[in-house]
Amino acid sequence: MKTYELTAHEVRDRLRERELSSVELTEESYKRIEAVEGRVEAFITLTKEQAMLQASAFDQATKRGENLPDLAGIPMALKDNMCTDGILTTCGSRMLGNFVPPYDATVTRMLKESGAVMVGKTNMDEFAMGSSTENSAFKITKNPWDTERVPGGSSGGSAAAVAAGEAFYSLGSDTGGSIRQPAAFTGLVGMKPTYGRVSRYGLVAFASSLDQIGPFGKDVEDCAIIMGAISGHDSKDSTSVKRPAEDFTKGMKDGVKGMRIGIPKEFFGEGISEEVKAMVLEGAKLYESMGAVCEEISLPSAKHALSVYYILATSECSSNLARFDGARFGYRAENYQGFKDMFIKTRSAGFGEEVKRRIMLGTYSLSSGYYDAYYNRGLKVRTLIKQEFEKAFEKYDFILTPTAPSAAFRIGEKSDDPLEMYMSDICTVPVNIAGVPALSIPCGFKGGLPVGMQLIGKFFDEATLLRAAYSFEQASGVHRQRAELAGGGENEL
Amino acid sequence: MNYRTIVGLEIHAELLTESKMFCTCSAAFGGDVNTHCCPICIGLPGTLPVINKRAVEFAIMAGLSANCKIAEKSKMDRKNYFYPDLPKAYQISQYDMPLCTDGYLEIETVSGTKKIGIERIHMEEDTGKSLHTEDGSSLLNYNRCGVPLIEIVSRPDMACADEATAFLDKLKGILEYIEVSDVKMEQGSLRCDVNVNVVADDGRKTEIAELKNLNSFKAAAKAIEFETKRHIEALEAGENTLKETRRWDDAKSVTVSMRSKEYAHDYRYFPEPDLVEMEISGEWIERIRKELPELPQAKKDRFMKTYEIPEYDAGVIVSSKALAAFYEEAVKLSGDPKLASNFMMTEILRRLKDMDSDISDMPFDACDFADLLKFVISGTVSNNMAKKVFREMAETGKKPEKIIEEKGMKQITDESAIEEIVDRVISENPQSVEDYRNGKDRAVGFLVGQAMKASKGKAAPQTVNRMVREKLK
Repeated sequence: MKTYELTAHEVRDRLRERELSSVELTEESYKRIEAVEGRVEAFITLTKEQAMLQASAFDQATKRGENLPDLAGIPMALKDNMCTDGILTTCGSRMLGNFVPPYDATVTRMLKESGAVMVGKTNMDEFAMGSSTENSAFKITKNPWDTERVPGGSSGGSAAAVAAGEAFYSLGSDTGGSIRQPAAFTGLVGMKPTYGRVSRYGLVAFASSLDQIGPFGKDVEDCAIIMGAISGHDSKDSTSVKRPAEDFTKGMKDGVKGMRIGIPKEFFGEGISEEVKAMVLEGAKLYESMGAVCEEISLPSAKHALSVYYILATSECSSNLARFDGARFGYRAENYQGFKDMFIKTRSAGFGEEVKRRIMLGTYSLSSGYYDAYYNRGLKVRTLIKQEFEKAFEKYDFILTPTAPSAAFRIGEKSDDPLEMYMSDICTVPVNIAGVPALSIPCGFKGGLPVGMQLIGKFFDEATLLRAAYSFEQASGVHRQRAELAGGGENEL
Repeated sequence: MNYRTIVGLEIHAELLTESKMFCTCSAAFGGDVNTHCCPICIGLPGTLPVINKRAVEFAIMAGLSANCKIAEKSKMDRKNYFYPDLPKAYQISQYDMPLCTDGYLEIETVSGTKKIGIERIHMEEDTGKSLHTEDGSSLLNYNRCGVPLIEIVSRPDMACADEATAFLDKLKGILEYIEVSDVKMEQGSLRCDVNVNVVADDGRKTEIAELKNLNSFKAAAKAIEFETKRHIEALEAGENTLKETRRWDDAKSVTVSMRSKEYAHDYRYFPEPDLVEMEISGEWIERIRKELPELPQAKKDRFMKTYEIPEYDAGVIVSSKALAAFYEEAVKLSGDPKLASNFMMTEILRRLKDMDSDISDMPFDACDFADLLKFVISGTVSNNMAKKVFREMAETGKKPEKIIEEKGMKQITDESAIEEIVDRVISENPQSVEDYRNGKDRAVGFLVGQAMKASKGKAAPQTVNRMVREKLK
């Protein structure tokens, strides 16, 4: 195995054993970036100077014999919608093409405090709106397993960077599947934590009641470690929940014997490819062979989740994105007469098509006379969906579904048909609507492309999901496969 | 045809919290331009609001003082509109679950006490300020942006400008008493919009006009009077007014149309997803209730009982917390509540009204005032002299003893000195003495007057009076 193919916890062990230094490791990452970034285009900004400083700070601390956190000294990447003090944060938009925040997001601060080394900021669908990372104002990120294909989205840059070995782990944000779907497309483990588990402070908002930051890792243990580093109450985010910090690796290896797994038939219906269905059901069988019990269940309201999502998420985004008016920061149109004209010209030129489409949809849903029929009804259906999940969890430890209807699709394949693109999120959206945690884990390959399986858990029961995912991973061994993308960082360890 | 005017008020009051509504920036008035700002209150991407608990407590205090019900559950909503002074392009406000509802205040009218309903009091954040320069560019100051506000919405229970003024006075007094707002209209910490229309006896009524840019209670009253007349004229002409927003032009004393309500904004209110619902426990409310200071009505009752002053006087004195405190201090130092209230009612209040100012703007304090009262009590100066001294105090801020000394205003109480003057006056006015002996009693008054004049007003009037009568016998 090559260094860049290692997991974060494997790298951590090598750093602790002093088999390599953080400076060497970080240089290795940049070598890999140099070799493959031209083909993958995962990054919007690279921060080598700062990364090397962080790496040498780690090495010095190690020399002093300090006891350092798991993630210390390990190169990672952040999705470009998480604010980084003094470093460009674009959200994949022309609107923020020049925006340098004077503050860190809470997750940025927490990772810094964990000694993380940030190699760069990753590409994304503009303002996290999209499922393919084709909606970026700057570049189209490619899937490292097949560079003709999309890495999924909207956190496609974060997923591709890890899958291509450019960073050892990364953070993404998930509003309707934007971590889990790209994790599935790139053969990674990606988790969307319970809403309120991770602070949203400094995450540029798309839909405030749905957005949640979470990890991409090469295996479950990495995700568990990252979750431990970014979770916790934040006084700057009123929606973050007051719960003590947890060690998510604890109990991770306890197995699944006696666990009850619900398989909702609604997630195996029309629109889901037969191969994907078959692979997920194979996964269920593997669980049964390990002593778990799988039963078919029904979540009848889940089929409305996508409609509810496109009402609630667009409504919130129409308000959240209203502040981008050119008055105080970011892009401003050049020729205008008065502030109204400035707003209109700035917003017309600064936003891409998909963002404008969603702002229009949301503005409509919130308009007087339509509010009750759309937004208010959306909230009611949301409550129903949540209740159905809660009821299912009275009987089951977790729910097993496909992550995405298919493996990664071709670049351009769905970009002309927004509705078909929206369907990519049909299995992941209900989870955000309910607010529960879920993760995607690789369950097999189809034509050389990874396929993901989604595990949905009870509120704040990420631990059970990680435990179940770990058991699966150990039994299937799928997670040990890496994308074949030659170049750079060839050091064998 | 008879017409009835219907007036409702919407009052915005800035809360006197240390920090802003959703961030830790100072909420103080003024400051260098754009220095009371942070990424949160200027709405930089990714930042989130966290509600100021003290602001919620202040709003609850206002609600309790205005006899409102305090909601057990309340939430914040977003009011969306584009304007450069609103950095997030939405104002965090309250829509359908306001913190306080169904209150009232009692006002005194010519026909007795009247209850004016309060529909709701809700919380929101203030906007920044735009400054439009002559060259057509606009400058923005975000110091005020995010300062906590309460909006108090009355029911349309007022029937004229006087009632509206009485309500505003009462409300201002209460907010000042409980110290949640400094209620200064000139600094914008109290702002008032008026809704007004007119109903004729035959049931016809005009559309409601919303009046803005009312920079003082006087302006509000004048605007209501102007509108009443305009609405009645419309009905008399068989017409109606437009449902619209009108701006008060103080210089011209007229209202001018701003925009038709038909084109009103659609604010697209929806629940603020960055904040959670508030649960307000009965226990918390009781704790806040205990924190409330003595309210005007209770203070008035106490003044009437303890100081034995008339109801009207007590009512006027407690109308402002500062005035009431001034009074109590003066009573404590002088020991004469009635003299103090008489003097305040006549001299001080007239002066404050003439100058349109507050007691705190006067160049003397309660201690100076008490000293003046003590000079009256000891007979050093007469009541009339004291009024002259007071005017000097109010104009120059000089201490009363200094004024009395400088102007030689000290009352002459020495009997022999007064006798000398009286003797001289009697000898100089034989005709008056003659008149008196012929039964014309008013000659006494003339002689007393002459003696007072001869003493330059300094002789103790009672002594002069007694002595003149004795001498004439």
